[in-house]
Amino acid sequence: MEPKNKKPIIVIKDLVKSFGDKVILDGFNLTVERGTNVVILGKSGSGKSVLIKCIIGLLTPESGAIFVNEDNITALSEDELDETRTKIGFLFQSNALYDSMTIRENLEFPLLRHWVDITREEVDRLVSEALENVDLLHTIDMMPSELSGGMLKRVALARTMILRPEIILYDEPTTGLDPVTSREIENLILKLQEKNHTSSIIISHDMNCVKNTADVVVLLLEGKSYAQGSFEELAQSTDKNIKQFFD
Amino acid sequence: MASFTGRFFSVGIQPRYENRELLNQCYKIGYLSFPLVGLTSFIMGLVLTMQLRPSLVDYGVESQLPVMVGLAIVREIGPVITALIFAGKIGSSIGAELGSMKVTEQIDAMTVSGIKPYKYLVATRVLATTLMLPLLTILGDGISLFGAYLGVNIRSVTSIDLFFLQVFKSLDFSDVLPAIIKTLFFGFAVGIVGCYKGFSSSKGTQGVGVSANSAVVLSSVMIFVIDLLAVQITELLGLN
Repeated sequence: MEPKNKKPIIVIKDLVKSFGDKVILDGFNLTVERGTNVVILGKSGSGKSVLIKCIIGLLTPESGAIFVNEDNITALSEDELDETRTKIGFLFQSNALYDSMTIRENLEFPLLRHWVDITREEVDRLVSEALENVDLLHTIDMMPSELSGGMLKRVALARTMILRPEIILYDEPTTGLDPVTSREIENLILKLQEKNHTSSIIISHDMNCVKNTADVVVLLLEGKSYAQGSFEELAQSTDKNIKQFFD
Repeated sequence: MASFTGRFFSVGIQPRYENRELLNQCYKIGYLSFPLVGLTSFIMGLVLTMQLRPSLVDYGVESQLPVMVGLAIVREIGPVITALIFAGKIGSSIGAELGSMKVTEQIDAMTVSGIKPYKYLVATRVLATTLMLPLLTILGDGISLFGAYLGVNIRSVTSIDLFFLQVFKSLDFSDVLPAIIKTLFFGFAVGIVGCYKGFSSSKGTQGVGVSANSAVVLSSVMIFVIDLLAVQITELLGLN
């Protein structure tokens, strides 16, 4: 395995996001080093999904800054933000596959729009390769409605990876899956990270997923980064706010 | 809604164009709507003729029936009824489809992959409704006039040549052109309202239903408002 370059790839400074009177993120800070998997842990409604939606620009924070590869994404124009988004993959909890398109079309969709000079043969090769990575090449001409929950998650992961992003944001990748499929997804996340040298932020409630995938665990509490460390470090903590997740 | 519409003229018409999706939408919106528009237009022409005949007989001007029906269909009833049927079929379909994509995060999935969903989903649909409704109206008018011809022949005998000669003699440029031009605006309104309602759909399946329903209601109201404005403008221009 290659040595990891520990230069930060994402830096979040004093991020504030609220909905009406309810403050969700209240001065949140985080640094993600290149090549690491950071898992954000927190209760339901604590703002974990809001955080990654701010990073990808789906939500606009009230204040603070989010630097992705040194670009402050809160200050980018719409076109610049679209350019930055091609370097970030986002795996939705609901998978969000385009249900009117086949699996092939789902994977081709971003490729054909960003890599405009790409040949038909190259598109076919990249789509096949992405599906082979998740062991689902045989589903290439099927519709999303024909696949099981675990297969949909793997296809969504293949689509997330197809533009070769440097960063991947996972929104609860194992929620709603059985333990065996969850384990498969976790292994896939690790395999693809090693193969493509990506950095990740993973939102999860699933402690097995946290244990298996995290280099760093960040506990999000009351809109702030309450604690940060390796899984083992946090698991040994005596703080009751941290312990409740590990008991 | 105003800024959503404004984006059509900024984001929507910038290259790169989604030509394949535009053709796909023209097929779904135009070609697949033709049977419904054709059937309703035929019935409308037939019924209109049967309803008008007694009044014209009372005034002794039954021979003017093709002229009356032709003018009514081409100038007003054809465009408006076709647009209303179009709003019911296509406005609701666009509202429900985009609403469903919104609540299942498919629109967000496009955004996060750096693709402008407005360009792919909205611009193509709005262009397709704007281009297809005038074509459907022209075809619908033709079918409606054929229905009217059959209606005339229920109680009298008129040759098809004579019927259409009378109809076309009574129509001129100022009858046909404004009627077709206003259908461009009707089509634009149906498309933009359907897309707006879909994009602003709230969470959940109930929200999708509300989007589909409000897309039909709002676009139908807009058709009448545009029709009212069109009448005023054609009068101001001396085309009435």
